Amino acid sequence: MKPAAFEYRAPTSLDEALALIEANPEAKLLAGGQSLVPVLNFRLAAPPLLIDLNRIPEIARLAFEPDGALTVGAMTRHRAFETDPRVRRAQPLAAAAVADIAHVPIRNRGTLGGSLCHADPAAEWPAVALACGAELTIARRGATRTVAAGDFFTGLFSTVVGQGELLTAVRFPAWPERRRHGFVEIARRQGDFAIVGVAAAVDLDAQGDVGAARIAVFGAADMAVLAVEAAQSLVGRRGADAAREAGGIARSRIPTRSDHHASAEYRSELIEVLVRRALEQALGLAAAQAA
Amino acid sequence: MPVDIALTVNGQVARGTVEARQSLADFLREGLELTGTHLGCEHGACGACTVLVDGAAVRSCLMFAVQADGANVVTVEGLARGGELSPLQRAFREHHALQCGFCTPGFLVTATALLAENQNPTPAEVRAALSGSICRCTGYIGIVAAVLAAAQAGRE
Repeated sequence: MKPAAFEYRAPTSLDEALALIEANPEAKLLAGGQSLVPVLNFRLAAPPLLIDLNRIPEIARLAFEPDGALTVGAMTRHRAFETDPRVRRAQPLAAAAVADIAHVPIRNRGTLGGSLCHADPAAEWPAVALACGAELTIARRGATRTVAAGDFFTGLFSTVVGQGELLTAVRFPAWPERRRHGFVEIARRQGDFAIVGVAAAVDLDAQGDVGAARIAVFGAADMAVLAVEAAQSLVGRRGADAAREAGGIARSRIPTRSDHHASAEYRSELIEVLVRRALEQALGLAAAQAA
Repeated sequence: MPVDIALTVNGQVARGTVEARQSLADFLREGLELTGTHLGCEHGACGACTVLVDGAAVRSCLMFAVQADGANVVTVEGLARGGELSPLQRAFREHHALQCGFCTPGFLVTATALLAENQNPTPAEVRAALSGSICRCTGYIGIVAAVLAAAQAGRE
């Protein structure tokens, strides 16, 4: 239960970090450490070098942009989304989701960027990023690129972040005035990874009907996915029937996996129920309390 | 390669020379002989090793000692003042909030952090705050009661 020996570097600037990352392809990057350190303690990984990202202020900043967007440094702790009222107001779906990420002591260390790059299929942040249409900035020495959340995840624990690259920031576009959200997950115990969860952002039109929606399902498959057809089925509608039908559509389109927590069949059932409940929350339907 | 570190632990300057792979928990226990911080699972699940780092409750098994260089750390040994138990510690004794005591340091530190930011928590908030700590003897009724009693005492 002790990690194998490693070399340790703690760069204090982004440039220094990128140079180290480029020069040391065998290194692991240490963000909050809440997933990586258990892996090291179990000796499931034994990297020769850890590059600690905790002393780089440039990638731990919050920036509120004039258009209402929020750009969050990758090293921002989960807890900031709970405790900073400006962040909660700016991004209410993220604020709702973080309360289900593990426990307070984990949220005090774990980071947004670490979670996104770890890409656990049952983690909350990938789904929130998808539902919010977040944009991710990836840096390498001398260059940066921006990737939409929908193009960031490539599979189980896999992303497009390549050799020599570092996720530095996540931009959450402005939260429109008529956007509503729903967030639900089922886990065995408070703070466990979700068996299945749903993050939904629903934009209402001037009449109060759904104009557009993004529904992200996590825990079900190898990575968080958008239920595109289910979201499209909501357009122009607002009632309980619409929420229920969207649940059925999502169930039929999203493949599920079996593991020691739950069968694929149970996960399919959860997709249908949780998509409905998340939409009931978002649409302000009374059934959200009863279900 | 060993690294020299200097941090504040329970109000005192602490120095040490640590291997990069040494956890903060092991540094506290072995380097500083502060064995009140307990190691149960060593992968962040049980909560027994929870300490305050710059005021925030964190798992000391999931931080390396080198990462705490320059930080202000409070362990369970730092909760009592001048030989007097803290109000929370007294409440744990009065409400039978421990049996074997192995998990108690983590509960005390976690609840101390909760009460520092929320002086009037609801029972549900107490349970949510403590959800990352596991007790295998008493159950949680006495622990929740103790935290609520300490919160009330703190407001009076």
